[in-house]
Amino acid sequence: MSTTVISRKKLVVIGAGMASGRLLEQLFEAAPGAYDVTLFNAEPRGNYNRLMLSPVLSGEKTYEQIVTHDDTWYTAHHVDCRFAEPVTRIDRKNRVVYSNSGGAPYDALVIATGSAPFIIPVPGKDLPGVVTYRDLEDTQAMMDTAGKDAVVIGGGLLGLEAAAGMAARGARVTVIHLMGHLMERQLDPAAGYLLQKDLEKRGITVHCKGATKAILGNDRVEAVLLEDGTVYPADLVCMAVGIRPEVRLANDAHLEVERGIVVDDALRTSDPHVFALGECVEHRGQVFGLVAPLYDQAKVLAKTLLDQPAVFAPVQTATKLKVTGCDLYSAGDFADAPGREDIVFRDPGRGIYKRLVLEDNRIIGVVMYGDTNDGAWFHGLMKDATDIGPMRDTLIFGPAFQGGAAPDPMAAVAVLPPEAEICGCNGVSKGTIMDAVAGGACTLDAVRACTKASASCGSCTGLVQQVMALTLGGAVADAPAGMCKCTDHSHEDVRRLIRSMGLKSIPAVMQELGWKSVGGCHSCRPALNYYLLAEYPLDYQDDRQSRFVNERNHANIQKDGTYSVVPRMWGGVTTPAELRAIADAAEKYDVPMVKVTGGQRIDLLGVRKEDLPHMWADLNAAGMVSGAAYSKGLRTVKTCVGKEFCRVGTQDSTGLGIRLEKLMWGSWTPHKLKLGVSGCPRNCAEATCKDIGVVCVDSGYNIVIGGAAGMEVRETEHLASTPSEDEAIRIILAVTQLYRENARYLDRIWKWMGKVGLDWIRAQVVDDLENRRALVERFEISQSVYRRDPWADLSTPSETPKWAPLADLTLEAAE
Amino acid sequence: MTIFVDIGPLDAIPRQGARVVKTGQGCVAVFRTMDDQVFALEDRCPHKGGPLSEGIVHGTLVTCPLHNWVFDMNSGAAQGADEGHVRTYPAKLQGGRILLDATLIRARSAA
Repeated sequence: MSTTVISRKKLVVIGAGMASGRLLEQLFEAAPGAYDVTLFNAEPRGNYNRLMLSPVLSGEKTYEQIVTHDDTWYTAHHVDCRFAEPVTRIDRKNRVVYSNSGGAPYDALVIATGSAPFIIPVPGKDLPGVVTYRDLEDTQAMMDTAGKDAVVIGGGLLGLEAAAGMAARGARVTVIHLMGHLMERQLDPAAGYLLQKDLEKRGITVHCKGATKAILGNDRVEAVLLEDGTVYPADLVCMAVGIRPEVRLANDAHLEVERGIVVDDALRTSDPHVFALGECVEHRGQVFGLVAPLYDQAKVLAKTLLDQPAVFAPVQTATKLKVTGCDLYSAGDFADAPGREDIVFRDPGRGIYKRLVLEDNRIIGVVMYGDTNDGAWFHGLMKDATDIGPMRDTLIFGPAFQGGAAPDPMAAVAVLPPEAEICGCNGVSKGTIMDAVAGGACTLDAVRACTKASASCGSCTGLVQQVMALTLGGAVADAPAGMCKCTDHSHEDVRRLIRSMGLKSIPAVMQELGWKSVGGCHSCRPALNYYLLAEYPLDYQDDRQSRFVNERNHANIQKDGTYSVVPRMWGGVTTPAELRAIADAAEKYDVPMVKVTGGQRIDLLGVRKEDLPHMWADLNAAGMVSGAAYSKGLRTVKTCVGKEFCRVGTQDSTGLGIRLEKLMWGSWTPHKLKLGVSGCPRNCAEATCKDIGVVCVDSGYNIVIGGAAGMEVRETEHLASTPSEDEAIRIILAVTQLYRENARYLDRIWKWMGKVGLDWIRAQVVDDLENRRALVERFEISQSVYRRDPWADLSTPSETPKWAPLADLTLEAAE
Repeated sequence: MTIFVDIGPLDAIPRQGARVVKTGQGCVAVFRTMDDQVFALEDRCPHKGGPLSEGIVHGTLVTCPLHNWVFDMNSGAAQGADEGHVRTYPAKLQGGRILLDATLIRARSAA
């Protein structure tokens, strides 16, 4: 046996921006360990989502939330991080990159130096208080402008995001723009006007056709002087007039540089060992500022570095302004030219403007303001050069109006073909998102994690959610939204954070996850209580005050404030003695109605609250416990008589039902859990519309799940078959625990199953025996706490008085 | 000036909970918030008569257990889109005891 030591190739990357971050991801994913990577960055930090600086500035996000790669990630991939270490020189001959602390040799070098903000050469440009909008330091300076005067020079995409962000922070902001209207590269004058009006509404002053003459100030910036003599006071000036590729290192190294570092289709520079990507490159005469083509470059370069053939071919991308409340969309070319036609729609009252630029019956440009929902659809038609002739009359109204479709808010997304691009930043199509959802990604986070859709600028989040809702059947259209008005975290997020942060009480969750209300609300508190008790059965102290009245009082409240009492009858089987005790209790407490329920129990309706503990004590004395007919937990196991009596019964369905109920009673679940066991396929226990059902056959037990017979009526689906009653029980306990651990609060099994898929459930509890065993074990741990009768706990002499009024002032009056 | 009557110790009501006091003017729900403020409201939702004393208490709001109407315990006003008002009564905490408006002893006709 011989050991070969392969020394890995050395890859040096200059610049930790979005493009290089994506490149490293692609590289590590395709071929982990192919390179030893050294990553230089002039900024004292690693890769973060630069597009998200605007939400950080406006306070909608924190820096931590926009970090794309953290220390753990770099460590896991053995990246030698050289942050706050600007590269000073590239020695191409010896293949070494130098910073002030020494050299780093390379086999392959990637230059990803990005771009540098353009500084207009006016007097005062170097005064303290003049910033650009490029990195976190700039952002922090701008965050500190509340109550101060800020001037933004440049009314383009970046400048306006800076202006809106500072305005949101409470600054008095003026935007100075050289051209006649804002964002003239992306917008026509009409849309530019609407945008200006919206910005002015939020207190931002806009000065178009304004040329900056000088920035005034002694020790620091004090004002901005324009050519026309106007002076705007300024405590901070943000120059956002444009960017240019950062090519200084490449120039010094005598690489071929035009406007940017010249690269071929494989992203190789004029030196075969040196590559470049991102905003610093020039490819076929074109430089790049939007993120989508940069991500494409990252994909291509990862392949090039692994000696796989790949070609970079830039595609047209659309622009969206990330200013909350200013909804604009622009793509393509919309300059006036011979042979071009316009379709324009205006709704001045609502501030909506849409313009399509046509050439030869094909869309070549789209500008929309105020209502941008159809942007992706128009963009798709444009990219595919679709002949719009047949729908020209109604084209401007969007996809919902083609072919007379109903005006459904989802319609626009529903009609998109699978290849339609939803996320422009990451080039994610509708089909990719649908596939991800079908594969079990049922939260926005999950979709982001596996497709990157809406993971960069986030402006397509709404669209992604709509595609998810369509794929999931509409029932969970709002699933990714916050769990209630108290928090923006979704149920799934909260549950994940409870787990990962080890939060063990409701106040801890509210504090650590930044609840916006004082004590939560009637919607989130019961959910949190459930998530905590399911996560920490041994540690968590159930919070009775966070439970809905029925679970707090262990009885069902009725419309007149009285309660109904249902004792448990295991598997629907009772005895004459139990029936006598029930009859006695009904008479003793003047129960107005005694009724048989659909779950094979007896319901005593109309009991006064103060009588509850006494009645419970009486029923306890006869050997009965709470039927939990009120709980988001195990309700009933309905059975037929089975082979013990029935001439066609195949198994002891009654016995199995009783065994199941004795194991599972007392357990809390995300929603109510009803079981049924039928002794033969004639299915007298109606097991095929229960949450979990068993249909016995000669050869054993068919376990079915996901039925419903309420507002939704659904037939169960087949989960597993087994010849063994014991195994049937283990599978049922395991699937119950899986449901307890994963489903969102108030989702029945069928709803949960729709999100995660039956195949996934089956893989967890049927195929993976080890996992099944672990699930059953965790169920048992939880049951060691919760398999007890609340009636017995609450009908003690110390508890009973609490069910009566605190005081009776009518008696005092009588006295 | 309001005259108060002692109805019991603060500990008799769980935090974020309520107890009922029977009065000459019907049932009154006495609430205790997370931070030990006490409020007294008519124990009857103006919507369908639900017992507010059984509602979930959050902050100084209480949600009716029947149909989730939410009331501000300071004013008795329904929140959000719902319109309605619950009668509130003076209540206060003194030395760990809950004091309630003594006029509640009398029947409403006497007031």
